Amino acid sequence: MAEGSARIMKRLVPMWIAIIAGFVMLLSAFFPITESLGETVGEIFNVVAAIAFVLGAGSLAKVNLAKISRRDQGWGYAAITLICFAITLVVGLGKIGVPQSTQFPLLGWSGEKDAEGSIFGWIYEFALVPITSTMFALLAFYVASAAFRAFRAKNLEAILLLSTAFIVLLGRTFAGVVLTGWLPDWASGLRLENLSVYIMQVFNTAGNRAIIIGIALGVTATSLRILLGVDRSWMGSGD
Amino acid sequence: MISSALILCAISSDSSGASDVGLANTSITAAGNKADLRGKIPLNELGQEISAPPAAISISAEDVAWDAGGVIKISWQPAAGTTSATKWIIERSEVLAAGQGAGQGAGQGAGQGPWTLVAEVPIAETNAVASKLPPDASFFFRVTAVSPNGSSTVTTTKSAATGHWNFFIGAKLPLFCAILLVSACVIYFILAARRGRPMKVRRIAALEAIKDAVGRATEMGRSILFVPGIQDMDNIQTVAGLTVLGNVSRTAAEYDAAIEVPTSRSLVMEAAREAVQASYLAAGRADAYNADAIRYITDEQFGFVAYVSGRMVREKPAACFYMGCFFAESLILAETGNSIGAIQIAGTAESSQLPFFVAACDYTLIGEEFMAASAYLSGEPDQIGSLKGQDVAKAIAAIIIILGVVLATGAAIAPQGAMPAALEWLKGVLGS
Amino acid sequence: MSKFITILEGLDRRWIFLAMAISVAGPILYIGITGKTLPETPTPTARAVYKEIEALSPGTPVLLSFDFDPASGGELTPMATSLVHQCAARGLRMVFIALWPLGPQLIDETIKRVILADYPNLKEGVDYVNLGFQSGNESVMKVMLTDFAKAFPITKNGVAVGDVVALKGIQRVDNFPLLITISAGYPGAKEWIQYVISSSGGKIKMVTGCTGVQTPGLYPYYPVQLNGLLGAIKGAAEYESLVNSSLAPKDSSAAVPAKYLEAQRRMGPQLGAHLLMIALIILGNIAFFAQRNSKVRATS
Repeated sequence: MAEGSARIMKRLVPMWIAIIAGFVMLLSAFFPITESLGETVGEIFNVVAAIAFVLGAGSLAKVNLAKISRRDQGWGYAAITLICFAITLVVGLGKIGVPQSTQFPLLGWSGEKDAEGSIFGWIYEFALVPITSTMFALLAFYVASAAFRAFRAKNLEAILLLSTAFIVLLGRTFAGVVLTGWLPDWASGLRLENLSVYIMQVFNTAGNRAIIIGIALGVTATSLRILLGVDRSWMGSGD
Repeated sequence: MISSALILCAISSDSSGASDVGLANTSITAAGNKADLRGKIPLNELGQEISAPPAAISISAEDVAWDAGGVIKISWQPAAGTTSATKWIIERSEVLAAGQGAGQGAGQGAGQGPWTLVAEVPIAETNAVASKLPPDASFFFRVTAVSPNGSSTVTTTKSAATGHWNFFIGAKLPLFCAILLVSACVIYFILAARRGRPMKVRRIAALEAIKDAVGRATEMGRSILFVPGIQDMDNIQTVAGLTVLGNVSRTAAEYDAAIEVPTSRSLVMEAAREAVQASYLAAGRADAYNADAIRYITDEQFGFVAYVSGRMVREKPAACFYMGCFFAESLILAETGNSIGAIQIAGTAESSQLPFFVAACDYTLIGEEFMAASAYLSGEPDQIGSLKGQDVAKAIAAIIIILGVVLATGAAIAPQGAMPAALEWLKGVLGS
Repeated sequence: MSKFITILEGLDRRWIFLAMAISVAGPILYIGITGKTLPETPTPTARAVYKEIEALSPGTPVLLSFDFDPASGGELTPMATSLVHQCAARGLRMVFIALWPLGPQLIDETIKRVILADYPNLKEGVDYVNLGFQSGNESVMKVMLTDFAKAFPITKNGVAVGDVVALKGIQRVDNFPLLITISAGYPGAKEWIQYVISSSGGKIKMVTGCTGVQTPGLYPYYPVQLNGLLGAIKGAAEYESLVNSSLAPKDSSAAVPAKYLEAQRRMGPQLGAHLLMIALIILGNIAFFAQRNSKVRATS
């Protein structure tokens, strides 16, 4: 009995929720009478995702606190994580240091949480922005090491790939202008900067269109399998 | 002695009509004060008199058919000389009962409600759309040309127009038919597979390697890292990633290998926990399931990848799976995994990230291969049949593309022949 | 030679990182000291962006969507600066929105950098307005198709949009003749094309500035659904040079402010990085072929 009700709640109910919500979203794109239902489903998702954030934050706190209490290796970093989390939460929710809004000067907490002079704004400008920019900048280093390690002219396709890469790499910089800028107008199509534009607009576009069409069909088939209840593996195996 | 005859010797005006006037007589030249001629003698930069723009000659309003409802298109014919105006103002007035409304508000006639703004459009436009109107309500419309020198008189529709809510959005008919076609292909082959028709799927190396990767991790006594992308559950790639996670975690449970799943969204954490727990139960290893191994990190993209990279460098997992929607962090993850010597299997439908995964990972599921992963791994005839249906739909798309290319090329070569008409027909069918 | 090949085969990636750092830092320092930038020849896609904005008459409303965060700011902030610069100079009515949570701060920074600094006569609420961030990704776009005020009911300062002069006449997103998106991922240019441009029936045009990785995926949409495309910092530099040359006073030899040269200044480090990449690919292949040949010789 307990097993049966567990199966219903853990397998059948989620499956039917997914099926009904999925078909409502699909039909709302074509039949105006279901448009508001589609918007409602979207809003329900946003609410559920917001509530789930509480669970996520709870998991974050639990895992890091456990690490601290067990004095696992690197527990100090877990402490820093929790302290930073708590500080950002408090200064953001409490709008500490935020000046009153000029629009509503008499109402408490009327200013923007990230207004100039606020602590939250300081965290954004002097912590978040430099750190995220640094992480993004790591890509340049990793792309260089990947290029050195992986780009080998092993076969004809690889040689074509590398030749195209050289044309685009040079064509997108001033080096392309220096190397082929002397070509006369009748041969301007062979200038590296024009060649790289041609490669992007013709060959790249063709290849991307093929991939996009394939992905779109794959997404359609996968969605249909889920909507029809044929594929239930997203709930985990066992049925 | 100053002559009383004044000669206009210089005039310049700004766009509002205020003018500087220079006057002279035969013996002295005196500059006049800035004469505010606004509204009295409006002048253009040549000193020529201009006036308010003329009203539109006619106006009509009609319901837009096969739309999402409550949309009325208003069209008008501008008079000659409207070029001095800058914009049209379109207003609407709800129809009231006879005898009501007259004189109650500015411009309100008998049977008309107060006028409210619908849109302001540039003077070059000759139509506008009123949308989100109450269903089956009737409205009068009027249009006014506006210039810096004033507004024209209004031009009002002779009769009211009514917006009707329609059952289907006609503009999306080609898309609807395309979805029906693809769905029909997929459903046909699912049913065919259920009837016992054998379906062959080509070998996908990345999916065959999953077992080897998990086995490698078990032998080395190291963990498995699974990253289900950085998007939420409303992204189909995340769902596809979780279906692969179910399979990977079941294999890990059978082999007794530890699996770690950091997530970038709380909802994905919950869904991943359900998937992994169900897999451990199915493998008969419910005792080995550890919910804390599937944890939420942060929504911030680079905060998440900083955690995962650091974890990879410290814990050195033997197998790394990247299955889902990734953006710029894909290369950071893949290169870090490469540096620790892990076997890496990636799958994504983000075409911009595929090159990075292909360059840095041992195996990559490209686009629809990733979408086909759950069907492939399950081996169920139903799901394999859906892959066949997907392939047939792709073949149909390829035929239509080839047909379009032939027609477009033929139309370019022979613009006088039948090809241009055939091309237009195809475009009409496809809704472009 | 064989020693050189051996070094190449076992090269620690940290040497590569160091080489990359030098190839980027060198041009940055040189450009920073001398102030010189490399000349740019705009490509058709960048020219198209410039022409679309230039074709609008003063007072026309445009929608600018800042769909990026500080991580992509290196590539996209110069684009944003130049786009707002041209729009402000043209006298367009700028409506700023963000579909990424950190977008509003970037909007504020751009407004401060361009409008408040160089166009103080423009009034907030009349000539431009910041509507802030709205969560929901593409569902916000779908709502905007029929009811713009429902998608963004208040400005970032808490004023109801019905009371904002800059939004007069805007009921739906296709009341904007032009949509300008600055996009770093999801939601971004692709979603705007899929949900707004394809549903608008040609009423609204769109130009976009995007990161380098997104650019190949957006080319298929140009020029039908997408009327202009600025791809990566190169596109930003081309567009920047177009805007600067058109807005530079003809009779003045005053230098262009540094904030309007950021993209062109970054082309120097890009040149260094690209040349290094080419050198690394060549060196890697030298090592690969040398190793392959020695194996062949050893087996024979």
